[in-house]
Amino acid sequence: MTTAWLIISAVIAVIVAPLVGGLLKGIDRKLTAHMQGRIGPPILQPFYDVVKLLGKRRIAANGFQIAFAYAFLALIVTALVFFVLRQDLLVVLFILFFGSLCLPLGALSVKSPYSQFGGHRELLQFLAYEPILLLATIPIALKSRGFPVSNIFEYGQPLLPHLWLTFIALLVALAIVMRKSPFDISSSEHAHQEIVRGVITEYSGPYLALIELGHWYEMALLLSILGLFWVTGGLWWLSIIIGLGSWFIMLLVDNASARLNWSWMVKFAWSVGTSLIALNILFINLGWM
Amino acid sequence: MGLLSISRAKSPWLLHFDCGSCNGCDIEILAALTPLYDVERFGILNMGNPKHADVLLVTGPANWRNYRVLRNLYEQMPDPKAVIAVGTCGCTGGVFHNCPNIIGGIDKVIPVDVYVPGCAARPEAIIDAVVLALEKFKGYGK
Repeated sequence: MTTAWLIISAVIAVIVAPLVGGLLKGIDRKLTAHMQGRIGPPILQPFYDVVKLLGKRRIAANGFQIAFAYAFLALIVTALVFFVLRQDLLVVLFILFFGSLCLPLGALSVKSPYSQFGGHRELLQFLAYEPILLLATIPIALKSRGFPVSNIFEYGQPLLPHLWLTFIALLVALAIVMRKSPFDISSSEHAHQEIVRGVITEYSGPYLALIELGHWYEMALLLSILGLFWVTGGLWWLSIIIGLGSWFIMLLVDNASARLNWSWMVKFAWSVGTSLIALNILFINLGWM
Repeated sequence: MGLLSISRAKSPWLLHFDCGSCNGCDIEILAALTPLYDVERFGILNMGNPKHADVLLVTGPANWRNYRVLRNLYEQMPDPKAVIAVGTCGCTGGVFHNCPNIIGGIDKVIPVDVYVPGCAARPEAIIDAVVLALEKFKGYGK
């Protein structure tokens, strides 16, 4: 892989990722509607929503909010670029965490009680999924001998047969990041009246559009990280199927389950998520996986 | 028609405020959100947050008790926005028009774009009213 090619692929990723993320969101809404016996919105609906929001009047409670909305988008795009440039997986995740942290920071900068509530709940979601994402890098690093993403490409065999326990733990983290039931604590995708609107209560118009764009990038990045589990050793297209497959599993779980409270979410994520990863690390060290 | 106008017409987010209605019209608004009428196929979503809403649906007559709340909600909605008065009470005050606590129709407090008559208004008429209100967005900013 030459440097020029890497830079070109990074530029392509920055352009294509929001299109993929938005399209997945549109298909998500359509499929969810069909599962609920409705017709549902057109597949391009998320794009209409974002363009409309960009054309609304700018209203913000304070300057911090605006800064954090831009920072949210910028940092997640940076994380995606680092990922496509095949940099250290830890660096990618830490930039992603910092980006995601901008959302509750912006919400907490406003005195509205709804916004405060949403910000706290978003922080609880962090508490639940960040340990899983961070710990998941350890078995990956053990197998591919190092944290850089490029090592996984050079590893030569698919990771999934060795790391399927870690993969299941990552699916739990994905559900929390995508705010799907049973983990839609901070701002539900379905009930658009979740303690007014949870963490995005005080964001409106163009700033809400920035956050929506950021979520599209975030989803594209997370699905690509899941795709890493089958990126080498022939059959590279399986990585796309794994990414889209896990997205579809999220949809099924979302429509089949009720939301649960935050303490259950944290307990479940910490106990099941971390123990799956710990078992995987143990098995790798014993040479069983 | 530009991309922005198309998007505005395809993604109206509703805010529903009950100004003191008997709940007859409110039930009809909620009926429009059920799978039978499924307004999401037009991109319509029922929002609980005035800062995200494009269209304000008001039921019930304007009254001295909560007209400030109504005006506050209206002012929190970012432009472009539209207001729909649903039901006879929302349009004129209805049977309550000469009560001492009633101001009259919603248009005595905030500017109304579309009136939906009926006691109670039918869900089809409410969906029609939203589609009519979208006409306002098409020419916005020109």
